[in-house]
Amino acid sequence: MTGTAATAVELRPFHVDIPQEALEDLRRRIAATQWPEKETVPDNSQGVPLATMQKLARYWGTDYDWRRCEAKLNALPQFITGIDGLDIHFINVRSQHEDALPLVVNHGWPGSIIEQLKIIDRLTDPTAHGGSAEDAFDVVIPSMPGYGFSGKPTGTGWGPERMGRAWAELMKRLGYTRYVAQGGDWGAFVVDQMGLQAPEGLLAIHTNMPATVPADVDKATLAGEPPPSGLSAEERRAYEQLIRTYGQVEYAHMMAARPQTLYGIADSPVGLAAWLLDHNDADAQPAAAVVSALERTESATGELTRDEVLDNITLYWLTNTGVSASRLYWEYKGGFFNAKGVKIPVAVTVFPSEQYQAPRTWAERAYPNLIYFNEVDRGGHFAAWEQPELFSAELRAAFRSLRT
Amino acid sequence: MSVTTDATAIRPFHLEIPDEQLDDLRRRIAATRWPTKELVGDRSQGVQLATMKELARYWTTEYDWRKCEARLNALPQFITEIDGVDIHFIHVKSPHEDALPLIMTHGWPGSVVELLETVGPLTDPTAHGGTHEEAFHLVLPSLPGYGFSGEPRELGWDSGRVAQAWAELMSRLGYRRYVAQGGDVGAAVTDVMARQAPKGLLGVHINLLTAVIGITDQLPAESEQERAAHDAVNTFTTDGFAYFLEMATRPQTIGYALLDSPVAMAAWMLDHDTDSYYKIAGAFVDGKPTGNLTREHIVDNVTLYWLTGTGASAARNYWEDGRARARLAVEPPPPASVPVGFTTFPDEIWASPRSWAEAAYPGLAYFNEADKGGHFAAWEEPELFSTELRAAFRGLR
Repeated sequence: MTGTAATAVELRPFHVDIPQEALEDLRRRIAATQWPEKETVPDNSQGVPLATMQKLARYWGTDYDWRRCEAKLNALPQFITGIDGLDIHFINVRSQHEDALPLVVNHGWPGSIIEQLKIIDRLTDPTAHGGSAEDAFDVVIPSMPGYGFSGKPTGTGWGPERMGRAWAELMKRLGYTRYVAQGGDWGAFVVDQMGLQAPEGLLAIHTNMPATVPADVDKATLAGEPPPSGLSAEERRAYEQLIRTYGQVEYAHMMAARPQTLYGIADSPVGLAAWLLDHNDADAQPAAAVVSALERTESATGELTRDEVLDNITLYWLTNTGVSASRLYWEYKGGFFNAKGVKIPVAVTVFPSEQYQAPRTWAERAYPNLIYFNEVDRGGHFAAWEQPELFSAELRAAFRSLRT
Repeated sequence: MSVTTDATAIRPFHLEIPDEQLDDLRRRIAATRWPTKELVGDRSQGVQLATMKELARYWTTEYDWRKCEARLNALPQFITEIDGVDIHFIHVKSPHEDALPLIMTHGWPGSVVELLETVGPLTDPTAHGGTHEEAFHLVLPSLPGYGFSGEPRELGWDSGRVAQAWAELMSRLGYRRYVAQGGDVGAAVTDVMARQAPKGLLGVHINLLTAVIGITDQLPAESEQERAAHDAVNTFTTDGFAYFLEMATRPQTIGYALLDSPVAMAAWMLDHDTDSYYKIAGAFVDGKPTGNLTREHIVDNVTLYWLTGTGASAARNYWEDGRARARLAVEPPPPASVPVGFTTFPDEIWASPRSWAEAAYPGLAYFNEADKGGHFAAWEEPELFSTELRAAFRGLR
């Protein structure tokens, strides 16, 4: 890993090279795990079940190979540049097609750039993936401050607002004068902020976790109150989904209130893995899509696999970013899914297993300049990771109107 | 244990942790991988790195678990199976024959270690400024899933079931007239005991008003003290609630870190209320303990959790009580039907005014405001705490 002394503004090529001792220490720690007793329920209602963790740890501590992930990352052009006093790591893949549309894609928690690796080829080289040259993107995938190979903030203030400004600066520094931005999870918060900031050159945003909830519904769902009257069936369903989600965010409360107290996610690989796995989707907590991936050793169609889940967890471990990543929850004091007042062009894809399925009615009110809205039939909270083909097709369709 | 032994018999218990376990603990602490320092100058992001590093340094270099072990082994300890779970307890009989039997329950993140300094004043009052009419026979059980008690393998071990187990324990010890006391989780257990009113229970004393959670909108907010209490409850249920919520919903998930990392376990336990955090941090970072909350006693308690591997099972206690609270929201519990005494300690998470204690327990038999002490009152101020118990139960002798 490159040193971070300078936080210089030039673009420095970056190459991942984890020392062998770090990998051996990780294996040693996994083998030495002291386990809790089994949960007292036959389901996941007390957290990630012991059998799930022990099976995962067995593979993680023996046959799992981080070097394969490292090679995948190092096959991509990666850079570090200092922005606003902090080293920002990013992947930048330029399309061979001249008129490619520059796109900055922002990951979330408990994710990283690992979530987006499978969409890079599809977006930058569409002709090899059933698209046309006019669908091409130049792709920029930054690691959020405190995440992955980006620097860890040493002072407060690195919330989505500041990240939005940093990404605008990054795109400018890369020479992109007209670009679009995309995000889910925290990435969605960041692109909403970018939409509000409307930096010069930002043409539109695409979000797969749209913030569309009207004020009265937002208030009711946060307080666990009955829904306001007059909701359509679709809106009523969204209300129910939000109620369910707010019953599954204790991890977010913990990180928002006391991120530093989570010493265990810095010191225990299994402690970290359980913490990262216990994020919900609409189907379950931990997310059904991720749990099923733990049983999938390979996928020809790009569906999430066990290795990818471990690549992401191992990245958190090796960079010791469990706690620094958690601090993002502490930084942010704004609302979750409430409409933020974004006026620039916005594209929305609704994935069925996302936290809630945003109704078109709400999306149109929240984003008055809605240029694209589509409900797809599969995929969830980690849409780019779970359904890279579909996700890429959505981005092509979402931004098509901006290219003329 | 011999298979021929009746599990419900009262078996003497002696504590002897193998050296390898203590060596392993020291090795793990020394190998701790630390996060970066918090970004703020106070506890608002959680347990501060400097506090944890000093605790870890003390833990591996100066601290001696064997002293705690010797203190515990100097007391009569027993195990008996109740309702399918092995219950560990300390049982100290007073030299005074007419002593009042008292069962006292610790909380989270506590253990019997919290209560050790009260054993002398309560069982032997004449040696501690009291009279022999104030003596107690003392029973200090470890909650199921905590310390040397067994970990429940089945569902349903909420405070109500623990309360029933305590009544059985007192009956098994031959106590036909007794009182009960508790703070924190112990307060929840003792509150249910007062509502269940098992035969022989004469009265209870409580030092955390758990009964008001969920009914705060019905509590007076006129006086300055009442408004301050409302503010304190609000702060607790918003900013101070994260550990509680995590354990009440995902005890297994946090359990992995708590079982595998001693520093994780210690930090999780230190992240309780603001007052106790700063008192404890002060003991480590500034070398200024408050009352009996010394470095040694704090680490005794943490080490007990570590050596017994009870981080997850103790957290599960919150999950069980969460389920019980949901049931009680539908069907409120019966009122307390034995006399209830309450002491407000000024630095408690919310310092309950008399009006609140009376709202929770109509006909409140005893109320007093102590002049010092916080959430861990028995631990922090054992003499003052013991004085309160003598006064609270005087009318029941």
